[in-house]
Amino acid sequence: MAVKNKKYARPVYLVDGSRTPFLKARGKPGPFKHAELGIFASRPLLQRMPFSPEEFDEVIMGSTMPSPDEANIARVVALRLGCGDKVPAYTVHRNCASGMQALDSAAMSIASGRSDLILAGGIEAMSHAPLLLHPKMVRWLAGWWGAKTFSAKLKSLRAFSPAYLTPVIALIKGLSDPVVGMNMGQTAEQVAYRFGLTRTQIDDFAMNSHFKLYHAQQNNDLSEIEPIFDAMGNVFATDDGVRSDSTMAKLAKLRPAFDKPYGLITAGNSAQITDGAAVLVVASEDAIKQYNLPILAKLVTTEWAALSPSEMGLGPAHAIVPLLKSQRLKIADIDYWEINEAFAAQVLAVHAALNDDSYCKTHLGLKSALGEIPMDKLNIHGGGVSLGHPVGASGARIVLHIAKILEFKNARRGVASLCIGGGQGGAMLIERETS
Amino acid sequence: MGEEIVDWQVETDQHGVLWLTLDKKDTDTNVLSSSVLNQLEILVKQIVEDKPKAVIFQSGKKSGFIAGADVKEFLEVTSQQEALIMIKRGQAVFSQIESLPCPTVALIEGFCMGGGTELILSCDYRVALDDTATKIGLPEIKLGIHPAFGGVVRSTAIINPLKSLELMLSGRALGSHQAKSIGLVDLVQPRRQIKRAALAMALNEPPKRKMPLIGKVFSLPGIRHLLARYMKIKVAKKATKQHYPAPYALLDVWCNYYGNNKRMMEEEANSVARLVQGNTVRNLIRVFFLQTELKSLGDKKSFTPKHVHVIGAGIMGGDIAAWCALSGFYVTLQDKEPKYLSNAIKQAHKLFAKKLKTTHQRNAALDRFIPDCNGYGVAKADIVIEAIYEDIAAKQAIYADIEPRMKEGAILATNTSSIPLETLAETLQDPKRLIGIHFFNPVAMMPLVEIVKTKLSSKKTIQQAIAFTLNIGKLPLLVKSSPGFLVNRILMPYLVEAITLYEEGVSLEAIDKAALDFGMPMGPIELADTVGIDICYSVAKNLADAFGNKVPAGLERYINENNLGKKTGRGFYQYKKGSPIKNQDADLGDQKMIQNRLVFRLLNEAAACLDEKIVDNQNLLDAGIIFGTGFAPFRGGPINYSIQTSTDDITQMMAQYGKQYGDRFNPVPGWDIIKKISPEAR
Repeated sequence: MAVKNKKYARPVYLVDGSRTPFLKARGKPGPFKHAELGIFASRPLLQRMPFSPEEFDEVIMGSTMPSPDEANIARVVALRLGCGDKVPAYTVHRNCASGMQALDSAAMSIASGRSDLILAGGIEAMSHAPLLLHPKMVRWLAGWWGAKTFSAKLKSLRAFSPAYLTPVIALIKGLSDPVVGMNMGQTAEQVAYRFGLTRTQIDDFAMNSHFKLYHAQQNNDLSEIEPIFDAMGNVFATDDGVRSDSTMAKLAKLRPAFDKPYGLITAGNSAQITDGAAVLVVASEDAIKQYNLPILAKLVTTEWAALSPSEMGLGPAHAIVPLLKSQRLKIADIDYWEINEAFAAQVLAVHAALNDDSYCKTHLGLKSALGEIPMDKLNIHGGGVSLGHPVGASGARIVLHIAKILEFKNARRGVASLCIGGGQGGAMLIERETS
Repeated sequence: MGEEIVDWQVETDQHGVLWLTLDKKDTDTNVLSSSVLNQLEILVKQIVEDKPKAVIFQSGKKSGFIAGADVKEFLEVTSQQEALIMIKRGQAVFSQIESLPCPTVALIEGFCMGGGTELILSCDYRVALDDTATKIGLPEIKLGIHPAFGGVVRSTAIINPLKSLELMLSGRALGSHQAKSIGLVDLVQPRRQIKRAALAMALNEPPKRKMPLIGKVFSLPGIRHLLARYMKIKVAKKATKQHYPAPYALLDVWCNYYGNNKRMMEEEANSVARLVQGNTVRNLIRVFFLQTELKSLGDKKSFTPKHVHVIGAGIMGGDIAAWCALSGFYVTLQDKEPKYLSNAIKQAHKLFAKKLKTTHQRNAALDRFIPDCNGYGVAKADIVIEAIYEDIAAKQAIYADIEPRMKEGAILATNTSSIPLETLAETLQDPKRLIGIHFFNPVAMMPLVEIVKTKLSSKKTIQQAIAFTLNIGKLPLLVKSSPGFLVNRILMPYLVEAITLYEEGVSLEAIDKAALDFGMPMGPIELADTVGIDICYSVAKNLADAFGNKVPAGLERYINENNLGKKTGRGFYQYKKGSPIKNQDADLGDQKMIQNRLVFRLLNEAAACLDEKIVDNQNLLDAGIIFGTGFAPFRGGPINYSIQTSTDDITQMMAQYGKQYGDRFNPVPGWDIIKKISPEAR
């Protein structure tokens, strides 16, 4: 089939956005829950808008593990932000790209003419992922509660085993693929193997991620971060996963975390478990005119691709190729890139894949390699390895940040892309009018 | 025969249950006036004849159940005999309700106070609405009396006396669930079920509420005498028997007559009839009416701002912002950097946790409390309150920055206590929109707010400021722009006199005791430490520049040594866990002289303020001082006290003190105004 021009039918604009600092999970639940992260990211953004939050047509949030009493976290946040009873809201789930899916869903809604003004983004509080009762414990409890007589209760008690008390860590379950039986780290090992990456290459990329973030923090390059406060008044103003003292020697000392003992992927070269939220105001042309809104960037189009779950890390390659093709663009036409660093190895593998004739011919439908993404245009202010990957939020963070980079550098085009657990990839093309 | 039944509605339903609805004519609030009680008496006699299946009492008013007896009628009583007759009649009606053969149920929605609570106590069953507006209490103590229509007898008969006495001694209002937990109500139900629940109780007649075992133990003779003694000691810490006889009288009624209902009921009546004779009751009722007067200075509905922007997150700014968020406003709080907001946010969390009972209410308040270091809220705010440190240039710079960004019609308010508003208005494009809204520390506890107007302030701005103050549940007092406004102006000479006495060699403890004995809530030395010696100094200097009072030289030494008071752990006193360490053996000196010197300075300054028309009249002045400083409420305010004691006696003594201790005691010209005020004009 000839490639269709797959732009959004009506223009879709990003007006402005904000995010919370990304905070590393440190063993116990962090100071902020899902709703708080969403609210704290959104409030300053809404204060800057000339309209009241009641004017939104809908609110869409991406989140993979909202807490059971706030399952539709978008609706909870919308109500608590003062959008009022009458603004509908829903929560989307596309694993690691839930935040990008929220933006795509918002864009589709605007493109179809259903909505004009949407609050969309992603929220994740991974440190609040629950501990679950083991299925055997659940069955035992059902038996215990169902036992009505003394002798029945006694019988139930005798059937109890302390092993039943072992909790199931929901987070670990969430980061594993049930279909191919591999966890995310193992899929990263797989793609590292496929493209012959070395431990040194991988650690080097990880170290640079920290350097770039550290320098970005020193230079105030992350202006979209809004400081947040916990109940004791403690201020959180920066992404706290950064290791300014990261060295190759230190990284080399770390043991493989997933394929023990021979693997290459360690805690040091993987994205951190993190809490955070990022939100944006997405608008139609009519809304821009009606409220006289500034335009941060235009959301041109989004591409979703799917591949084997065992190599999910290559998802970005599978999405970027059709994205560029449908817009008739080449790598050289893109000024800046954000490819989410779920694992340093995974980003390197994507980079290698796009520059590999065989892979591009066999799997991406190209006649030859797409080309080499310039490393000095990729994740210029750090990425998941250094600032963390709150699963539902990252998709929104990278879109917001790439738009900010374009503004800051007065550049024209940016691509944001993520690999997606379960074997998918997503990519968004963002454009800005240069002066 | 009797009165026409105009305030009560009577309806019998299909079950044969009689629903008695109180909907007092020509008013928004149900009050148990003698007319209402007379009608009730007639209705009860009718019920005895008609023998309905049951009786359910409810209110027909949206505003609440019953606010209490008619306070005005108390003032009209001229003798102990008259008081006794009035009380006994009320007691009789409620006793008749209690002895009705059919079951009686009270359905309580909204506020239920004083006589209203005594009415529900005379019913068999009590059902309260599950909502935050429903509050039940016996606040008679705040008017200098205690329940008289059987409230003491009946509450101590079914509720653990520790709880019932505490309720009556504090005058606190309980929410529905709290009331249920002490046994004051039997059931709490949401609106969608409450009528069905009341009917079910009336028809099914479940077992009636009885005193729990522990309550029976506490009520035993011997034990209850110990308990009464213990409670009197506790009360004495806050209110002396000499100034506030009511709590002691209440404990005596319970302690000495519990067990014999008839006698106890008689004593309840006698006790209140006696109390009503004293000045305390008169003055406390006056305070109650002053509060109403302040509330009626403006129309709450005339200005309903939604968004407040506060600049300056110090103790005052932070607390003002938190209070506004608690009151339902969106608040954006600004300071130079996020770290300056830390303390304000911590205190806000504490305030909401204290005042709001459920998680979702606390979350809602926190959601409205928005840190905003970039000042985005300025463009959205209906009112901007500037509460930064006292520096003219800094304040003017802020105004210059925000004025062009402010919403049209938004008010610009300043919390300044020492800079003349005229000076601040100089650099504004539109000086008419500037007004002073002066809060007191701590914001959550001090009910008064001074609204400071200049000659330029527009009428609209003033009205809006008053309406805003009412909307956040505070009492507005309109004052003229003059150094110290009203409260600080009058308080400062009193504080300076205290420090002067100390410099003359009088012990700190003697000074504070004299003031406490007069009825002030806190001694002036401890007050200075609490406010902060640095702040006292700057206010004193400010007033000295304007009025020529002296500033005690010793203060500078304290400031230089960083002994600023409570906040640094040491000031005049040393502090441990927020309380001053007082020397129990300190020499108390000539208490009368000390007290006179302190009080005369305060009264003299009050007279000066009256003369300069800082506020419109003496009632407002008294109200301002009572609600702004806690000045002995049972004295009814400084001007009222002067008139009650005898203005001539006071001015004569002041003239003597003037010769002996200094010019500052010479009566100012304002006393001529006070002398002309006739007692009835209050």
